[in-house]
Amino acid sequence: MIKVEKLSKTYQVARRNSGFREAIKSLYSKEYEEIKALDCISFTILDGEMVGYIGPNGAGKSSTIKVLSGILTPDSGECTINGRIPWKERKAHVRDIGVVFGQRSQLWWDVPVIDSFELIRDIYSVPKEMYQRNLEELVELLSLNQIVKTPVRQLSLGQRMRCEIAAALLHSPKILFLDEPTIGLDAVSKLAVRDFILGLNQKHNTTVILTTHDMQDIEALTSRILLIGKGKILMDGSLDELKGKSVHQDASLDEIVAQLYKQFRI
Amino acid sequence: MKKYLSFFRMRFINGFQYRIAALAGIITQFVWGMMEILMFRAFYRANPSAFPMEFSALSSYVWFQQAFLALFMTWFWEKELFESIKTGNIAYELCRPVDIYSMWFVRGIANRASKAILRCIPILLTGYLLPSPYRLVLPDHLSVFVLFLMSMLLGFLVVVAYGMIIYGLTFYTVNPMGIRMVSQSLAEFLSGAVIPLPFLPDKIRAVVELLPFAAMQNVPFRIYSQDISGSDIYQAMLLQVIWLIILVTVGKIIMNKALGSLTVQGG
Repeated sequence: MIKVEKLSKTYQVARRNSGFREAIKSLYSKEYEEIKALDCISFTILDGEMVGYIGPNGAGKSSTIKVLSGILTPDSGECTINGRIPWKERKAHVRDIGVVFGQRSQLWWDVPVIDSFELIRDIYSVPKEMYQRNLEELVELLSLNQIVKTPVRQLSLGQRMRCEIAAALLHSPKILFLDEPTIGLDAVSKLAVRDFILGLNQKHNTTVILTTHDMQDIEALTSRILLIGKGKILMDGSLDELKGKSVHQDASLDEIVAQLYKQFRI
Repeated sequence: MKKYLSFFRMRFINGFQYRIAALAGIITQFVWGMMEILMFRAFYRANPSAFPMEFSALSSYVWFQQAFLALFMTWFWEKELFESIKTGNIAYELCRPVDIYSMWFVRGIANRASKAILRCIPILLTGYLLPSPYRLVLPDHLSVFVLFLMSMLLGFLVVVAYGMIIYGLTFYTVNPMGIRMVSQSLAEFLSGAVIPLPFLPDKIRAVVELLPFAAMQNVPFRIYSQDISGSDIYQAMLLQVIWLIILVTVGKIIMNKALGSLTVQGG
């Protein structure tokens, strides 16, 4: 279970205008602006839930994921995941979670994917049988048969992404954080990834938290939606509730979300 | 323990991938070593009595320095680590159930060792085959050789531990270039990589020899060339151990503090 209470995090951002004079000026006096990335956020997610975490760019989605995965220490507030505080008990906590950051890579660039997988196996001390079972399942469901033997630098974005997802699941995590996992995927890969995540949830009761700008991902995967803007939770409800906020009858999900963003001025 | 070994293996395989780079490195280092010896020969000819080492000892020092450059060069950084701090890719490493300091330490060892193993043998062999006094001389006693190996291992670990401090400091600066340039120029000179430390004026040398930089290549190479002998060897190696402990402790403190207040950059 994930329990988040009144979590806040502020960043200092150095801002200046363009130009040479401004650059010189900022050498001796820098102006910082405080940005509230997370502003008193609270929510609870039960085991086996699939939650879509949406919001405009810079709303605080990634910051939340970073706090939940133990990478970022918040300024104030509480957060316990399966009884642990992520940033205090980082090593124990990360054993139970899998993370995919859509814009980053965890695979080693110059060697075949399978070498990275084996390294991850050893890092998490995954037992041999469990690793074999997971690997076979992942290879089959994400159709990685040929891909795993290829060096990562020669993979396309979509192929790499499927490997990234597989890499995050080799140790059978109870919670999976997906930060824009379908970025750059073609239609076939997208469907494959969605199917796979659904299956994972049904079969292993894995809790999934997903941030994305692709509303079809949300529609296909999640039963509950958290809408965040300017660091605050603005809506916490089901997909139907979200649809209920629509002004027009047959507005698409994208239009509804855009309308909500406007409505909340975020 | 197995995970660190596995990590070592991975980094090792990775370092082994670049054969042409290794060949180019071997040639460069050989030519460089030759030039260095010829330069010192000119000094030696001008005034042999002012020369602080035996000339043959100097030759051995230079050949070892070139052969094991990858173990001891303080200007050799892992770009990926700076990159991962700069771009925020470190996020993934923080999601692993391992200690970041230990993981990066192992990584540093593996990276340098894989390079050194590929390169040292041709250079050592050629150095050995050269005519005297330019050649690499074998030590008279096995005990000297054993002490040399132990001291080399210590010096190597000191180099890696020193690098870890610089990586740790990088967390505070966003752009690592500045710290890197200052630290590497300083370390290059004070470790005896430019000129062996016996060539420094006595008063300066007395101080420099106590610094952590002197605990890197200076000690093992001078043990080998028997420029340091007797009880001085133990004293120098004790200093290596002390510096290793200090550098690791400082590095760990810096790293833990940095991670506590870390902001992973970029989305």
